[in-house]
Amino acid sequence: MAVTTLDSDASQPARASLLYDPVIRGIVFQVLLALLILYLVVSGIANAAANLANAGIASGFGFLGERAGFDIGQTLIPYTSDSSYQRAFFVGLLNTIFVAAIGIACATVLGFIVGIARLSKNFLVRKVASVYVETLRNIPLLLQLLFWYKAVLSTLPAPRGSLELFNASVLLNNRGLIIPQWLPEAGAGIVYASIAIGIGAAIVIARWAKRRQMATGQAFPTIRMALGLVIGLPLVVLFLMGTPFTPQYPELKGFNFVGGSTLRPEFMALLLGLSLYTAAFIAEIVRAGILAVSKGQTEAAYSLGIRPNTTMRLVIIPQALRVIIPPLTSQYLNLTKNSSLAIAVGYPDLVSVFSGTVANQTGQAVEVISITMLVYLSLSLLTSAFMNWFNSRVALVER
Amino acid sequence: MTKIILSAAAGAVALGLGAQVASAQTLESVQENGYVQCGVSTGLAGFSNTDDAGDWTGLDVDYCRALAAAIFDDPEAVRFTPLSAVERFTALQSGEIDVLSRNTTWTMSRDTDLGLNFVGVTFYDGQGFMVPKELEVTSALQLSGASVCVQSGTTTELNLTDYFNANNMDYNPVVFEGLEEVNAAYNAGRCDVYTTDSSGLASIRLQLDNPDDHMILPELISKEPLGPSVRQGDEQWFDIAKWVYYALVSAEELGVNSENVEEMTESENPDIRRLVGSEGTFGEDIGLENDWALKAIKHVGNYGEIFERNVGPETPLQIERGLNALYTDGGVQYAMPVR
Amino acid sequence: MSDTHSEADLATTKLAFVRDDFIEQQEAPTREGGIGQWIRVNLFASVPDTILTVVMILFLAWILPPLLNWAFFNAVWDGANREACLGEDRGACWAFVEAKFAQFMYGRYPLGERWRVDLTGILLIAGTIPMLIPRVPFKRLNAIFLLIVFPVVAYVLLVGGYFGLPVVVTDRWGGLLVTLVVAIVGIVVSLPLGVILALGRRSRLPFVKYASIVFIEFWRGVPLITILFMSSVMLPLFLPEGVSFDKLLRALVGVAFFASAYMAEVIRGGLQAIPKGQYEAADAMGLGFWQKMRLIILPQALTMVIPGIVNTFIGLFKDTSLVLIIGLFDLLGIVQLGFTDPNWSSPQTAVTGFAFAALVYFIFCFGMSKYSIYMENRLDTSHR
Repeated sequence: MAVTTLDSDASQPARASLLYDPVIRGIVFQVLLALLILYLVVSGIANAAANLANAGIASGFGFLGERAGFDIGQTLIPYTSDSSYQRAFFVGLLNTIFVAAIGIACATVLGFIVGIARLSKNFLVRKVASVYVETLRNIPLLLQLLFWYKAVLSTLPAPRGSLELFNASVLLNNRGLIIPQWLPEAGAGIVYASIAIGIGAAIVIARWAKRRQMATGQAFPTIRMALGLVIGLPLVVLFLMGTPFTPQYPELKGFNFVGGSTLRPEFMALLLGLSLYTAAFIAEIVRAGILAVSKGQTEAAYSLGIRPNTTMRLVIIPQALRVIIPPLTSQYLNLTKNSSLAIAVGYPDLVSVFSGTVANQTGQAVEVISITMLVYLSLSLLTSAFMNWFNSRVALVER
Repeated sequence: MTKIILSAAAGAVALGLGAQVASAQTLESVQENGYVQCGVSTGLAGFSNTDDAGDWTGLDVDYCRALAAAIFDDPEAVRFTPLSAVERFTALQSGEIDVLSRNTTWTMSRDTDLGLNFVGVTFYDGQGFMVPKELEVTSALQLSGASVCVQSGTTTELNLTDYFNANNMDYNPVVFEGLEEVNAAYNAGRCDVYTTDSSGLASIRLQLDNPDDHMILPELISKEPLGPSVRQGDEQWFDIAKWVYYALVSAEELGVNSENVEEMTESENPDIRRLVGSEGTFGEDIGLENDWALKAIKHVGNYGEIFERNVGPETPLQIERGLNALYTDGGVQYAMPVR
Repeated sequence: MSDTHSEADLATTKLAFVRDDFIEQQEAPTREGGIGQWIRVNLFASVPDTILTVVMILFLAWILPPLLNWAFFNAVWDGANREACLGEDRGACWAFVEAKFAQFMYGRYPLGERWRVDLTGILLIAGTIPMLIPRVPFKRLNAIFLLIVFPVVAYVLLVGGYFGLPVVVTDRWGGLLVTLVVAIVGIVVSLPLGVILALGRRSRLPFVKYASIVFIEFWRGVPLITILFMSSVMLPLFLPEGVSFDKLLRALVGVAFFASAYMAEVIRGGLQAIPKGQYEAADAMGLGFWQKMRLIILPQALTMVIPGIVNTFIGLFKDTSLVLIIGLFDLLGIVQLGFTDPNWSSPQTAVTGFAFAALVYFIFCFGMSKYSIYMENRLDTSHR
């Protein structure tokens, strides 16, 4: 096709057109690119291998089985300094997942509240919400984390002068938030069972109520009923059983409090920072999602006589969720990735334990950092896979 | 990964921000560049620290200056790269720096696995504990249950674990990557105890809000021989680095210092004559000029002078010579003879 | 829809949610206006609304006075050292910021050479402001100045080594200077690279397409901090024996690639939004691929995603603060370094320092986001 253009030289031999053949050019270009990438990969690996060999540095993944020899401040699974580096890896990974999961829950709740508040008819509520969003969104997360850690939590009093809350059963000091631990006694099992029964019954009743409403239009106070079952029932059982839990109150012994569970300030700073920061973004997503539902939907609902609250719940939110969920998922992913800033406040997450301490103790930075990146990469690919699945499920079916 | 290298190469060419090439022949490349690239810590008073004018000072720094002086007759022919604990070994492995002089403990695994060669021990140290006086602790054995501030990825962290385990004590580690963070956390009262090399403690104590409210416990729980290191695989450079250190110690043993070193070229003592290059070709044998040691001593002083100037009793750190005295004075600093 | 009733059913069954009596007629609303009405509508529209308003007023009354007292009325505005800021009732220690201000801006850049930084800053402002105002002409020349001439001039000025300017090693750079250098290099590199990657991802050539996808997804999938670790610790090992380069440059490489991947996705959005007709029209005109992109597609696609691009810049600007973790002293890093100065150690130092840094970041990011909204409205050509 290119041969027919005006500038083509008449004296050019016919095979010169090969140069202009898009298919051939495409192939040549791709081969060149492939060769370049191949060259870079091979030379990179060769360089690394040569550098490591020259310098006599150990390589390979054998180190994972060796004794770690260091302690970690917060461990969700049993870990001592005699455990292996591999164990340390899992401790770090679990700590990351732990803070990310709680952070996601907090950020979602706060984000939805603030997002809806930004659309409130009440002027003050609207303004306070938008000041919150604008401020937190425009300040780097790292700065916020350091602020919470260094400017707020470290200025708390030392253990001896702890702030006492709830009759001294909850203590707040610069070693963290210390809450009593409830040790189960005999009979605790029945309380656990009642929780399970409550949840199960709530689900069954909700289904029945929905079916009945579909058939007859009779509404049923499902939410109140469910709350009663999930929270009320276990509470009643708890008192009937005579609270089969003994509280173990924290006691000042030697340097620090013994007994009770401690939320370390590193964890609290990270959780506060991540939740408040991400909530600002979620608020914007929620707001945009609600605004994306056409006004006609609200008007249609009102003209059917549906009350504003019910309209919100049954008409707006289900449609808004379709818009909200994909960016929301990517915020969750961001929160998880941002939890790697833990290293700045000393929370032992994956990056801090593995890419920090382990990399340094073993000197095998290449292996360690590659593993860390691989973990985050898999998390992110899993999330995109979920998002694709979700999109295909809820996508508007055009009729 | 590949793209980074592409980028790196492209970036290095495009921006040329201090791109440099060092071959296996470290000495050649150092001479070509006109300076020694020396890795130091990001700031530890007495060892490597910048003064108000932004110039580097300290014991670790002075070793690098002596090395530069031995090669170039100029103690300023050295550039310093501040390195965190995590970065230090890769910086040396990758050739970013020529010598690592960053209060680094000489251990077997570092010497063998990490591709380093330790030059010698410029400072014999041991790990200690610092506590606020108000805790009324007098021995490290009373520290059970304490929160301990420690820098991650150091031998300190491992020794700490071993010590508490061996004595059946609990502790709560508070770990940070950067030294400044650990200092800040201890200063803010986040932990009861700060542990690192006792020389480091002396230096850190000075940076606290109220140095007098803190004390260093008597126990030393480990051996921490601190010294400079170079890459494995370049014997000549290793020799130079090693013998500059010995020359500084020998000079003190022989009473040669920065004041009298020029006169010492006329000395009758054959040991001194060999050291300052009046006799033999020791300098040429390691690829330098014969008065290599003279230059180093002239500009930087002997080991004793360096010690007194940076960390000795007259400085704010007030560290006694102790183990770092010459073997003749009850210490363990001992130089191999120049012969 | 099989489980619902047929229309005949609906007509006959009595449904609980269908009202069967009329609501009584209400009086016509009286006409209102002015402040009284605004307050009623916006603050006290209903009982829950009134409760919310009262709660909010209480909240503001609780939070604002102490905040204002801290930041202004009880603040220490000048003083030579920590003595000024010690004391129970003292607010923000702005004297600390004042004393360290030059350091926060330049880091340890040599005193005598700081005019070079100032000059670079002035050039940057002179180049950026006309670029941002849509009415100012010569956009093309302006863009060439900003993207090509300015980086070269800035490099010569800041690094030195030419025209008799002494070299200033990057170890001495710091503060806002480093923050801006990292952010601007990220922006300048990520735009063209982002365009190339976005085009690559939409390419029909399978190898190009998959190479771009892998590249983009890799950088987007990992946290920036691991990339910085990689570039500072791992990268040197992958270079040929002995080749090494500056710590700042390594961070720049990491940040630039990270930003490019995000930029590519934004630009891809723009490319996808261009109607197919535009591509076909360009083909019909006989334009080659690059001509088509340069003259038809990219100008439209890029204008369309300006808000997205600005948002990426905002993200990048905030992310520059991470370089402190690998030991570079950007604005946040140098502010934190200031806390360790025993001369200024007081309970208010850290809060004040963070407040100052937050303010600087806020001004930049908020400014950019307002600009992005302005452009969004300006570019909004939909007929609503």
